[in-house]
Amino acid sequence: MSGSFSRRDFIKAATALIGGVIGAALGVPAIGYLVDPALRASAKEGWVPILKLEDVPLGKLIPFSFTRVQVNGWERTSTTFSGYVLRKSEDPKDMLILNSRCTHLGCTVNWKEDAQAFICPCHDAKFSKEGAVLDGPPPRPLDRFEEFRVNEAGVIELFFKAG
Amino acid sequence: MWKKAYEWLEERLGLKALYDNLLDRPEPKGNWWNTLGSASLFLFVIQGLTGIFLTVYYTPSPDHAYDSIQYIMNGVAFGWLIRGIHHWGASLMIIIVFVHMLRVFVTASFKYPRELTWLIGIGLLLLTLGMGFTGYLLPWHQMAYWATTVGTQIAGSVPFLGEFILKALRGGPDLSALTLQRFFAAHIWMLPAGLAGLIGVHLYLIIKHGESHYPSRDE
Repeated sequence: MSGSFSRRDFIKAATALIGGVIGAALGVPAIGYLVDPALRASAKEGWVPILKLEDVPLGKLIPFSFTRVQVNGWERTSTTFSGYVLRKSEDPKDMLILNSRCTHLGCTVNWKEDAQAFICPCHDAKFSKEGAVLDGPPPRPLDRFEEFRVNEAGVIELFFKAG
Repeated sequence: MWKKAYEWLEERLGLKALYDNLLDRPEPKGNWWNTLGSASLFLFVIQGLTGIFLTVYYTPSPDHAYDSIQYIMNGVAFGWLIRGIHHWGASLMIIIVFVHMLRVFVTASFKYPRELTWLIGIGLLLLTLGMGFTGYLLPWHQMAYWATTVGTQIAGSVPFLGEFILKALRGGPDLSALTLQRFFAAHIWMLPAGLAGLIGVHLYLIIKHGESHYPSRDE
């Protein structure tokens, strides 16, 4: 046996080295595997097209709806949102976009032309054309989609945020 | 600094004695066939680790089992690697355990004073096969479903007790959510617990008796 590095030392070093390589080759991917959901960008926000501007006459409430798909792992949940667009003047910025989800318990309200009000089928809540509470239990006016724009093709888009 | 920390720990844990007795023990002259027990242990540890990681995403329900595995394979970073190791490691473990048993048989290492080591080894083989059988159902695809249908039917062909065994395995007369759930429970809790316990005794006996050596001409 010559030198200070014996056969036994070599085996020990080789075992530690190979073990370390296997450990790292498994350990690093394992950490990536565990934290993977945290590294994903959530596609919750974005511009959603709803109606063509030319299809919305002045002063008239026009209904629209759109569906958002939420993907969690292998589960896809689609939620449909609906509302009404009201153009107040020729200016495309002068628009009111209401969410037809009742602020009381979340039923969908419908515009009744004869009553000139949004009526909620669940508890007979009434909202005005502008969304103000006229009657019933809702705690606040109808929600509005505040962020909207008209794109080059003349389509009204609104900015959707989750929640 | 490191030396001081090591000495402090050594004085309290006595790791050197453990190392000398467990890892630095004298071995008879052997060959690669003598490493298969260690290989089985290594595979058991790997299967345990990858299995634990798989349960992070796998869902044992007929509604979700298949989709959750598809998600592990295609949606999660390195999911294909973790499941790939678990999948192929399972087959490899059956092979290695079996060849290990053959070697012990061929070299007659099961004789006095190692009969108990051999008997426990049989238990380990059966538990390993049980792991294979229960794990096979978990992907809940056609192959898994029908393999388990047939496998439990075979168990059900035992005279007199057959129907009872079949229902006990399936959690009822048919394959259902109950079957998947109890196979899962067996696969991740009961069988591994049994394996770990028996491996402990198996290793203790090997260290106590030392490895068997090939007889010399005079013996």
